[in-house]
Amino acid sequence: MASTTVTVSNAQDKTSPWFGGKSPMNASYGKLMMWFFLLSDAFTFSAFLVGYGMVRFMHPAYDPAVHGEFKFSTEYWPIPEYVFNAFPGFHGVHLPLVFVGLMTFILIVSSVTMVLAVEAGHRRDKEAVTKWMLWTIIGGLTFLGCQAWEWTHFIMGDPQSPYGAAGGFIGANLIQNQYGPTPFADFFFFITGFHGMHVFSGVILNLLVFHNTVYGVYERRGHYEMVEKVGLYWHFVDLVWVFVFTFFYLV
Amino acid sequence: MAHAHDVHAHEHEHHKETFLTKYIFSQDHKMIAKQFLVTGLIWALIGGFLSILFRLQLGFPGMDLSFLQPLLGKWIVIQKDGTGQLDPDFYLQLVTMHGTIMVFFVLTAGLSGTFSNFLIPLQIGARDMASGFMNMLSYWFFFLASVIMFRSLFLETGPAEGGWTIYPPLSALKQAAPGSGDGMTYWLIAMALFIVSSLLGGINYIATVINMRTKGMSFSRLPLTIWAFFITAIIGLLSFPVLLSAALLLIFDRSFGTSFYLSDIFINGEALHHTGGSAILFQHLFWFLGHPEVYIVLLPALGITSEIVATNSRKPIFGYRAMIGSMLAIAVLSFIVWAHHMFVSGMNPFLGTIFMFLTLIIAIPSAVKSFNYITTLWRGSIRFTPAMLFSIGLVSLFISGGVTGIVLGNNALDIQLHDTYFVVAHFHLVMGSASFFGMMAGVYHWFPKMFGRMMDERLGYVHFWLTFIGVYLVFFPMHYLGIAGFPRRYYTFTSFDAFNIFADLNSFISVAAIITFSAQLIFGFNFFYSMFRGRRAPANPWGSTTLEWTTPVEPGHGNWPGQIPYVYRWPYDYSKPNADKDGFGDFIPQTVPYAFTPNSNLPHENEKVAFEKEFMIPEDTTLEKAQA
Repeated sequence: MASTTVTVSNAQDKTSPWFGGKSPMNASYGKLMMWFFLLSDAFTFSAFLVGYGMVRFMHPAYDPAVHGEFKFSTEYWPIPEYVFNAFPGFHGVHLPLVFVGLMTFILIVSSVTMVLAVEAGHRRDKEAVTKWMLWTIIGGLTFLGCQAWEWTHFIMGDPQSPYGAAGGFIGANLIQNQYGPTPFADFFFFITGFHGMHVFSGVILNLLVFHNTVYGVYERRGHYEMVEKVGLYWHFVDLVWVFVFTFFYLV
Repeated sequence: MAHAHDVHAHEHEHHKETFLTKYIFSQDHKMIAKQFLVTGLIWALIGGFLSILFRLQLGFPGMDLSFLQPLLGKWIVIQKDGTGQLDPDFYLQLVTMHGTIMVFFVLTAGLSGTFSNFLIPLQIGARDMASGFMNMLSYWFFFLASVIMFRSLFLETGPAEGGWTIYPPLSALKQAAPGSGDGMTYWLIAMALFIVSSLLGGINYIATVINMRTKGMSFSRLPLTIWAFFITAIIGLLSFPVLLSAALLLIFDRSFGTSFYLSDIFINGEALHHTGGSAILFQHLFWFLGHPEVYIVLLPALGITSEIVATNSRKPIFGYRAMIGSMLAIAVLSFIVWAHHMFVSGMNPFLGTIFMFLTLIIAIPSAVKSFNYITTLWRGSIRFTPAMLFSIGLVSLFISGGVTGIVLGNNALDIQLHDTYFVVAHFHLVMGSASFFGMMAGVYHWFPKMFGRMMDERLGYVHFWLTFIGVYLVFFPMHYLGIAGFPRRYYTFTSFDAFNIFADLNSFISVAAIITFSAQLIFGFNFFYSMFRGRRAPANPWGSTTLEWTTPVEPGHGNWPGQIPYVYRWPYDYSKPNADKDGFGDFIPQTVPYAFTPNSNLPHENEKVAFEKEFMIPEDTTLEKAQA
């Protein structure tokens, strides 16, 4: 039934785009569906971030006048710069947010390569689509790898941390953690995990598109719209990360 | 109908259909709608029956219920004196499941799922939904959710018992109550699947309405049903994901030891490790869905009745644009009033006042809608079909239930009324019964299109009057109970002296509830009997202007055998002056061009004739033939 969907408006058609019998936003129903799905997914993430904000502000913030020198403590919310300051191969060096900055950079670059893949799709340049999709997949996998390292480091903890251990506990799990109140680690695991799951499913989708491109499915179909649709999803996942990065790491 | 389309020119091409592809894994929106309807009706029967069980306890405390033992087994506890009593935990489980089933499985999936699926393609002039496959998935996710929710009724520890709002910590801690164990887990899994189903459906409805309208079907010519379904789908799309978030966090608190909603709890003398979370957070997330949800339930019913009231008053709907505007206003406001459910949660009274203010604004678009219903009925040539009676019943319930909403929305009055039977009375009238009446109206009205047969009118009248009177007898007295402070969700009230005097009233309500519930069996019989044995339906039994009645009596997959008709006018040209001179009766279908109705056209409509000739008629071959 989908074949009756889109009647491309021609130049003589002076009726309004919303008149019926045509696609008012010049977007196929599949693309519309992706947009509306992303809208709903945005609300899912927003709910998590709002919940995070509410619980965080129920806890006191670190205040040097009250708490003295910064130490990890269950009494107040930790400052992210002191939690996320490790970098592979630089043990004991204080590199605040450098690693997560690198991760963010990698993800954003993968968004750029995705744009290039979509653009190549418009030109129906199969080789270029293949190349840029591959780079996007590599970017996504690298991000996931970085996240795995970050999680491992977060879970294992650092017994020699200059900031000590909140509650005398080293590392982190869902019940207690080295860095601060319990919900700090709970929200960290949940939100970055939920986002990581999105990245993972995005990589799977990208692999499918890559596979179909290589085997000429879109070439035979006559258009590369699927690249665009998956591209929308990928950009959305990147955009969500920007918010996660802002609210979890920067502030 | 002088200008009927010459359809049946050639039979629409059919694929070989097996029982499996036609009735089970169908991608035809009409069959999926029927699947939603039948599943929804079965759920309504179950949900209604559960309410009868707890009404027995409330109306006749101490009554010997041992006759229910063959059905309920160990939930009927035999006392020392030999009488059987309802297990107190099971009472709470009945209340919880009644609410969950009615709100989500009957009035969301059964109402919106049925009529959005059935009417959107038929009334906008599309062959099917944008994605038939996703539509099928939407039903099957709902079915899976249904199976899991149904299965939870038979668990050793019983189904969920934290109320349909499942507030933690009661719902989060397995130790808190028997139903907070496996029953709650099943509830959460079922609801997660339900949300997936609702999102798949909603995305499809939205994309279909935007992209697949036939030529001429601009948004200002959409029937109000479609407007209602469209707005409902958008509300659902934005609010259900938040319930998903709330449910996922709750799952983690329950099963993985996190502390999102939990803090500093001692239970059975044991200190739990949970610390730092907020139970209020859950309430905020839940009601961010919960309040829009009542409009997800109500708006489709309002859309359906707008259509039925206009058709059966033989008058244009009064204030078409005002109807759309008020639906949009209700939709927007529904997202910024959620905390009026939480006035007594300890929130800042100033914040409560803001939420009160926003809540009371909803009275304005609601009043506009009520006004428009009444003015549409005013001096109409009213035909009291069963569908029409149920629609008028909805208007009545919408007003009498809505008025108490103004009382409850007040954050000072709410301190007294919160969690009393006043709330129960309010939402059962305005959301429960009104939406149910809309659903019934829709079934009676579109039954001929669904099954090609008519439902029995006499049984319909009996069903309506018993239900209408019954609903008022059940819920109206509850206002008095509520004002007196009678609380919701109490297993027994006789042990409180203050409430003993209400024993009579409670018995009265229970008897009325049993009669009302029994009356639904008349509908059940009528529904299934008419499906097979009803009178054959004519092509357009109600003299309706909308597109679905231009299809064959029993449309195949693809809806129209030939070309999809074009649309030339709005859907409410009923009793247009001078229509008889153009060869029409008291309605002009949407498919008739203004060019063919020079006598009845209004001045601004005459101006559209040239436009039609330029852009529409040359392409519309069926009309060319009609012209010749």
